[in-house]
Amino acid sequence: MKRAALVVLLLAALAFPAVFTLPFPRHVMIMIFLYGSLAVAWNILAGYCGQISLGHAVFFGIGAYTSTLLVARAGVSPWLGMLAGAVLAVIVSQAVGFPVFRLRGHYFAIATIAVGEIVQTLFINWDWAGGARGVFVPIRRPDSFVNFQFNESKAVYYYIALGLLLLGLAVTRRLEGSRPGYYFRAIREDQEAAASLGVHVAREKLRAMALSAALTALGGTFYAQYLLFIDPEAVFPLSLSILICLVSVLGGVGTLWGPVVGAAVLVPLSEYTRVWLGGTGKALDLVIYGALIVLVAVAQPSGLVGLARRLGRRSPPGQ
Amino acid sequence: MLEVSGLDVLLGDYQALWGARLAVERGEMVALLGPNGSGKSTLMNSVSGLLRPRAGAITFEGEPIAGLPAHRIVGRGIAHVLERRRLFPYLSVRQNVWLGGYHAAARGAREAEYQRVAELFPIVAARAGQPAHTLSGGEQQMVAIARGLMARPRLLMIDEPFLGLAPQVVAHLTEAIRRINRDGVTLLFIEQNVELALSIAARGYVLESGRTVVDGRSAELLRSPEVRRIFLGG
Repeated sequence: MKRAALVVLLLAALAFPAVFTLPFPRHVMIMIFLYGSLAVAWNILAGYCGQISLGHAVFFGIGAYTSTLLVARAGVSPWLGMLAGAVLAVIVSQAVGFPVFRLRGHYFAIATIAVGEIVQTLFINWDWAGGARGVFVPIRRPDSFVNFQFNESKAVYYYIALGLLLLGLAVTRRLEGSRPGYYFRAIREDQEAAASLGVHVAREKLRAMALSAALTALGGTFYAQYLLFIDPEAVFPLSLSILICLVSVLGGVGTLWGPVVGAAVLVPLSEYTRVWLGGTGKALDLVIYGALIVLVAVAQPSGLVGLARRLGRRSPPGQ
Repeated sequence: MLEVSGLDVLLGDYQALWGARLAVERGEMVALLGPNGSGKSTLMNSVSGLLRPRAGAITFEGEPIAGLPAHRIVGRGIAHVLERRRLFPYLSVRQNVWLGGYHAAARGAREAEYQRVAELFPIVAARAGQPAHTLSGGEQQMVAIARGLMARPRLLMIDEPFLGLAPQVVAHLTEAIRRINRDGVTLLFIEQNVELALSIAARGYVLESGRTVVDGRSAELLRSPEVRRIFLGG
């Protein structure tokens, strides 16, 4: 039953661009997939391993900047840039994680905010990387897969974003049943107890961070190629790190589908309020986010997925 | 098998152990006694690598292990069941127990080891799918010991196994611990109740304010005026 529902969902996702040919609905779906995949990546470190990061924009920005600078300054295909960005994000994640993982709980989260702010400031003042003005991805015509640029139709971007999300979900799914996945959860639940059982806590945390950073960086490259312009304000802000966290929290932290559900609720909310209310409704989406988060925290800390599970259990058997 | 000498351990600025000593022979069952705050848990945590001693020696099977990280010490054959059991509350009983068999030396034999501990503690099999926090205190303690055994230790250290348990559960747990010991696992455990501890263990060490003040065979300790003074005052 569940498997059938997933197949239907996947087919619907695949058929969506054929039915909705206007750019806007496709754009909303692309954003759902992108934020969904970022939240899925964040969830590996925060949801499964219990290390709440509020600096994930760093990895997103590294993904965006690596591929963009490589294509703008050296003409390297953004696909290679995407890989390079992921590798670089892993390296940075280990360099950052090594000292920062000495901190726990709130202090870890605060330190990741500081790291995010430092990196953003560095990029604002780094002239070769475009400084505060940002970098344009050079426009290449006609559309080609090698160039990772599709200016005539959003459909290709749509499928790439869907692919990123599916990749993140596949990694999470594998993790759930695997040894590292258990170690991550053990660390989340009780770090000392995990250590006393011989779990190499420091190494497992770094592992979770590496995986999470790499997946986040892939999303960064996608974002750069989709908008064809990036600047530090767009890819390194604290608000992005927080948004990634909110999406997961709303949907359900530490669950496979939570981040996707969260993105499917929050992204359309933000995109549509922006369209309906225009300039006058600025940041209204954030007000609604805030209210939703308060609601989730008070009524159902395990998020929408937890809520669905609870309702599912209440329904009579056989349904 | 295990030898601790001259152990100084600091918790922040506070020195919790002052030259503490302890020795456990292979196959023995030894109790570590002492009033609240005397440093029993600190001593055990230092042996298992959760704390780093400032000075002193810890050797296990002839090899120095002081200052090794916890995950390396588990690999040497020491398992530590923490005070208050410290199960992973939202993981199932089976997942909790399974996680005990992390180390390379234990990994291959996990299925067999799981069967063995499930036979020793039927509660593990009976409650396999249930989240650990839904178990009673006694059941949780059994799961915690089962989890420790999954590492296939030669020395099992248990910090206050009987804490807060009903007398009947204590009797049951005692029987299980004796059996583990008979099966060849050396045991060191912490207990506040002197009579109970010394009725189970063959020997005991008494800590007071971070120092090892008395040790000896259980019968001697029970008669010792020094032990009486420490635990009853006067």
